[in-house]
Amino acid sequence: MDWTLLILLVVPTLVHGNSTVTVRTGSGPPVGSDQHPNSVPLSEDTQTTTEVREVVVEEVMTTGVLNPSHYPARRAATVVQHYLNTRYGSPYRWIFLSKVHSGSAEDVAEMRKYQLELTMQETISNVSGQCSAELLFPGGEGQSAPQVQASCEGLLQSNTTAQEEAFYQQHRASNNMVSGTDIPDSYGHMEPNMKPFWHLGGVASSFIMLRESNESTLYNMAQVANFTQLETEKDQLRFNYHVLLHEMISQEIIHWKLLVTWSPEQGVKVLQSELQPKCHDCEAPPNTTN
Amino acid sequence: MEQMKRENPDVVSSMVYGQTYERRNITLLKIGLSSTGRKKAIWMDCGIHAREWIAPAFCQYFVREILRTYKTDTKVNEMMKNLDFYITPVLNVDGYIYSWHNESTRLWRKSRSPGTGGCTCYGTDLNRNFYANWGMVGVSTDCCSQTYCGTKALSESEAWAVTDMLGKMREDILAFLTIHSYGQLILVPYGHPNISAPNYDELMEVGLGAATAIKAVHGMDYTVGTSPDVLYANSGSSRDFARLIGIPLSFTFELRDKGKHGFELPEDQIQPTCEEAYAGAHHIITYAHDKVFYSYAVTVTATLWTTLLAAWVSSAILL
Repeated sequence: MDWTLLILLVVPTLVHGNSTVTVRTGSGPPVGSDQHPNSVPLSEDTQTTTEVREVVVEEVMTTGVLNPSHYPARRAATVVQHYLNTRYGSPYRWIFLSKVHSGSAEDVAEMRKYQLELTMQETISNVSGQCSAELLFPGGEGQSAPQVQASCEGLLQSNTTAQEEAFYQQHRASNNMVSGTDIPDSYGHMEPNMKPFWHLGGVASSFIMLRESNESTLYNMAQVANFTQLETEKDQLRFNYHVLLHEMISQEIIHWKLLVTWSPEQGVKVLQSELQPKCHDCEAPPNTTN
Repeated sequence: MEQMKRENPDVVSSMVYGQTYERRNITLLKIGLSSTGRKKAIWMDCGIHAREWIAPAFCQYFVREILRTYKTDTKVNEMMKNLDFYITPVLNVDGYIYSWHNESTRLWRKSRSPGTGGCTCYGTDLNRNFYANWGMVGVSTDCCSQTYCGTKALSESEAWAVTDMLGKMREDILAFLTIHSYGQLILVPYGHPNISAPNYDELMEVGLGAATAIKAVHGMDYTVGTSPDVLYANSGSSRDFARLIGIPLSFTFELRDKGKHGFELPEDQIQPTCEEAYAGAHHIITYAHDKVFYSYAVTVTATLWTTLLAAWVSSAILL
């Protein structure tokens, strides 16, 4: 009996001793501190002498059920966000992605088709709605815009009619052209009367962001650099906008000049858009005075 | 930083551990209750990317918060006793100062070293310049690009300064946190899609715990995962370097927001962002601390031994 009890005492200790060992997950070779930090078990040749290039791993296009927190679903969902803003956005309605619930992707001929279940939020009223969306990213040669279909429930509930009408009437009589710069400013601040123009800039940017999007991009508007109101034409308010877009994967800030019109009936339209060149010559030499 | 030192001279000291390209000091604050022996450490750096202003704000908040609470909060006090916190409020000092010049420089990201080989643009992406699968993926070799990884690994003195410090301290560092914006993410190593950290499960568990802690503060969702899973592939990051040299818990925080304001977060969001990020960081630091100072297995085994011994003794007496 003493032996039995001794075994009963010893065995659990051995078991617990083992539980302190860290278990390796085993997916992919572990890169420990004793290995050369720069060694990677890939055959990729990284000799770059004079050639300038973007080193991007060929993204394996996920097919089938998508993980809602992984980037393929999130990038596609952001494209849906841009689409919804082109359709429904205004100086008083600006929609943002709230959550991806589920999604799937498949190859259809040369194209990539996504299906998503999303929650979107209108950011001024904070009203949320559930959306189902389908996107087609064109494959092959030539950059063409993704095609999006989406239907949402409850998203457009907020009554913006009164505010939009008041804003429209205030600005359509062209005796006092409004303009603004740096919205928001460096501190994230803007004057309250500039807010609708910020929203309008965001919605107008959505046309470009939608058009420029693919599975390897994620766009947001970083700032309205400036905008100027032009003469009202055909009952549409008209503006020149200079917007800064942030593309997340390349981390670039991309400048666009847009000719934007809006009225409560017609919604937002972008009549002209012009990519501004990345201004290498604008690089100021380092300022040595602090 | 000077003020923190002046007001808390017994627990705060500063250390200049490198120089930027423009020869500015890179300074960290070392915060902890002094002890005779060698202490374990927590590393946090902010502002590796100039335009991510909420990050240096958070480092300052973190410093102020642990100094404000260590005398009254038993857990913070215990951690201050057992650990030293090494906090670099602004790593990319040149870039940060440049981003404050005027509205047109506000969205600067990189360092301020000049381009080479005929390229007239400035700056290297410091978070692509570390000796961690350098140059392999998610970088550009165009010196005008925002993700330019430099002429070679550690071409930038700022990256070299961190590398040097981490190298000296690597056996003592329990957790490495590098703070960025925006996106509301907690990223775990590695940035390369084909390489997994050996403790991936642990990193995810701790990261998810941090995200839960963050959400409890103001309801904000932070997504947790490797960079290639939830954001994009990249190499040469400080987080990857830290994990590679053996620091077990290495995380990138991407703070608010999710794109509406982006880098230009309004003032009224600074406080709540810092509060939630503090909760997340606290979760990770507590885990790292307790893993060493409250070894779970030891406690359980000791308890089991005691119980069985008591049972044996009592049954021996009865017989």
